[in-house]
Amino acid sequence: MNSRQANLIALAGNPNCGKSTLFNAITGARQHVGNYPGITVEKKEGYCNFNGTRLKLVDLPGTYSLTAYSMEELVARNYLIEDRPGVVINIVDASNLERNLYLTVQLLELGIPLLVALNMVDMATARGVSINSEELGRRLGVPVIPTIARTGKGKEELLEAAVRLANKDEVPEVLHISYGPDVDPVLDKMEEQIRAGAFLTETNPARWTALKYLEADEEVIGKGRQKDPVLSGKLEELAEHVSGHLQKTLDSYPEAIIADHRYGFISALLKQGVVKQSSKADRLYLSDQLDRVLTHRFFGPLVMMLVVFAAYKFTFTYSKAPVEWLQAGISAIGGLADAYLPPGPLKSMVVSGVIDGVGGVIGFIPVIVFMFLVIAFLEDTGYLARVAYMLDRVFRSFGLHGSSVMAYIISGGIAGGCAVPGVLATRTLRSPRERIATIVTAPFMNCGAKLPVFAMLIAAFFSAKEALVMSLLTILSWTSALLIAKLIRWTILRGPSTPFLLELPPYRLPTFKGLLIHTCERAWQYVRKAGTIILAISIIFWALMSFPGLPETEKRIYDEERASILAGTFHESRAETAAEPAADAGARIRDVDYKEAQAALKNSIAGRVGTSLTAISFVSGFDWRTNVALLSGFAAKEVIISTMGTAYSLGQSRKGEEIPLGARLAADGSWTPLKAFSLIIFIMLYAPCFATIACIIQESSWKWGLFSFVFNTTIAFLLSALVYRGGLLLGLG
Amino acid sequence: MPIVPLRKMAKGQKGIIYRINAYGELGRRIRDMGLVAGTPLWVRGRAPLKDPVAIRVRNFTLTLRNNESDFIEVEVEEIL
Repeated sequence: MNSRQANLIALAGNPNCGKSTLFNAITGARQHVGNYPGITVEKKEGYCNFNGTRLKLVDLPGTYSLTAYSMEELVARNYLIEDRPGVVINIVDASNLERNLYLTVQLLELGIPLLVALNMVDMATARGVSINSEELGRRLGVPVIPTIARTGKGKEELLEAAVRLANKDEVPEVLHISYGPDVDPVLDKMEEQIRAGAFLTETNPARWTALKYLEADEEVIGKGRQKDPVLSGKLEELAEHVSGHLQKTLDSYPEAIIADHRYGFISALLKQGVVKQSSKADRLYLSDQLDRVLTHRFFGPLVMMLVVFAAYKFTFTYSKAPVEWLQAGISAIGGLADAYLPPGPLKSMVVSGVIDGVGGVIGFIPVIVFMFLVIAFLEDTGYLARVAYMLDRVFRSFGLHGSSVMAYIISGGIAGGCAVPGVLATRTLRSPRERIATIVTAPFMNCGAKLPVFAMLIAAFFSAKEALVMSLLTILSWTSALLIAKLIRWTILRGPSTPFLLELPPYRLPTFKGLLIHTCERAWQYVRKAGTIILAISIIFWALMSFPGLPETEKRIYDEERASILAGTFHESRAETAAEPAADAGARIRDVDYKEAQAALKNSIAGRVGTSLTAISFVSGFDWRTNVALLSGFAAKEVIISTMGTAYSLGQSRKGEEIPLGARLAADGSWTPLKAFSLIIFIMLYAPCFATIACIIQESSWKWGLFSFVFNTTIAFLLSALVYRGGLLLGLG
Repeated sequence: MPIVPLRKMAKGQKGIIYRINAYGELGRRIRDMGLVAGTPLWVRGRAPLKDPVAIRVRNFTLTLRNNESDFIEVEVEEIL
């Protein structure tokens, strides 16, 4: 086997065992969150100095086991096998020892240098459980060190033992467990053949490979077939034979027998002097008493609604002021660039492309920071697991997961959210199919950027029933998100739901340090990854909306028109009082400016695309003006209003001055309430803005980013066409 | 002693796992969480919509959907 990296320490353990808290206690803020290549499992790395040595720590994803069923487990396992850390610290929850040791046993079977951190010993003591860690260590054959991650107690001893272990030369022994009379003989035989054939032995202990063949582990068997198809075939045959035998005689499978014996081994390990329970076992602890209210049939959902609403309020209320400061700062910089750069395409690109793009990136940061803070808080306290538990029945019907609710709410399930933090909030969801379905449908919610557009259209066409229409829109967005999630899970993401089996961890108060580190790291990750994409697309969009511009001949016509107005004013002002015609001329010149802007927009690439799209969009009732506005809405939905204003030559309002667009549309004979409603439906459902798409790409893949663009737009078109044509048939036009 | 699927157990009822009938991913997940034959458990409660079910096993609380708890046969004192 190749040598281990002595200064590399990996942390492994169950979810909720305090692994991340310990990682934070050791590395402090010197850490870095990234992804494992090609997948969305988080990779956390950090550094610490111990007695003059620089140690690198990797916090592996929390797992209960090391099978090949989930991404997290595969990542953890492959990291241990391929990156060969000098020592692995297995964090074990002392108050939940039996189940935590199940992973320990599997780590020992991997034959890696292992060290057990017996964490949360204070919790165990409070529950009347005392553990003889020295005896436990003797029986496991590895050092066991009691720790309290929250206070950092035992941290020094742990690192000292880790460094000592990493610098030992001897190869650690592989744990041998007896798997009973049916499995053991076959296991020995397989082990012998594996060793003789030097089959995968450069990375895996022979017995471990044999066990994986018996457990029918697809990943290991796949690797084995590549390495040596003949020997792999023999091993598969042996495994099948014993599997058939077990099914006939015991009505059981090798993997079940193996799990039974592992737990049997653990029970035996903990007997006779390792664990002492002083008070009565299984009494109701504080957490259980809290759960009596918090998951109560009636009070549970009530409290949950309050908590979810509070989480939403917190995210969007407290982030409002920082968002405004940032926007003020950005527009100040934009103003400077506007004043000092010479007019021309460069200035236009800097102001409308780069500065707006950067503004688009960092404008989201406060919302993201507050969202992660609130989600991390709910997750670390253990409440998020209760939300999933209470809501799973509803969301499962639509092929989703109880945890999908947070992403929906933050995306605008309570109108006014934002899909960027919403998509990022799906991180807590560990079921891959359910997670993708949530990511793709969360942007259907009515985010804060769609609201001003809706408000404008509602005020113009449904002014008598504003509240009613707005509530209807919230209901419609939930209905479409859930039904379309169901549709996706029926078709392209078809497959059984991922097993739920969710642990309700005891309620705990999160550490402030942990929350801060967690939040900052993720916000930074957003800026780095999603930010670059957003900036790039922003510049592309600026180009689409500005080029090729008006031809010189046309420009000259507008110039001449302005000149003639000026000349006319000068002429008239001699005869009459000067002020009135001057003001009138100013307005007339502005009108010419708007007309020029309208013509330039129509002539731009986006305008031409918008015009050619009318060939299809007429079905939903949209002309080129609406089309180009919708195209610009891909940059940010609120831009739809200002682009439409330009398209109706109403003048651009960049600094929030009112455009009387609503009045203009209401007065326009070609606009009807039906058409407005069709447009609302389209805006609600069509492609997410590209900041959201950048996050979808960050959280899943390019494929899903592109999919959400094409698929959501198709759905939006079909439904708006249905509304418009259906309405016309019913005579509502 | 009678054997019932976990789904049929009442709140507060105790029992000992008799058999796990699930294989593949679900079976593996169930076993990973420490549910193997011979393990004592009791039903801590059900979610407001009666599904999933929360059980106390090996000193921690685990929740699983009703259609998952169908695969877990439990030996109980009496059928409630």
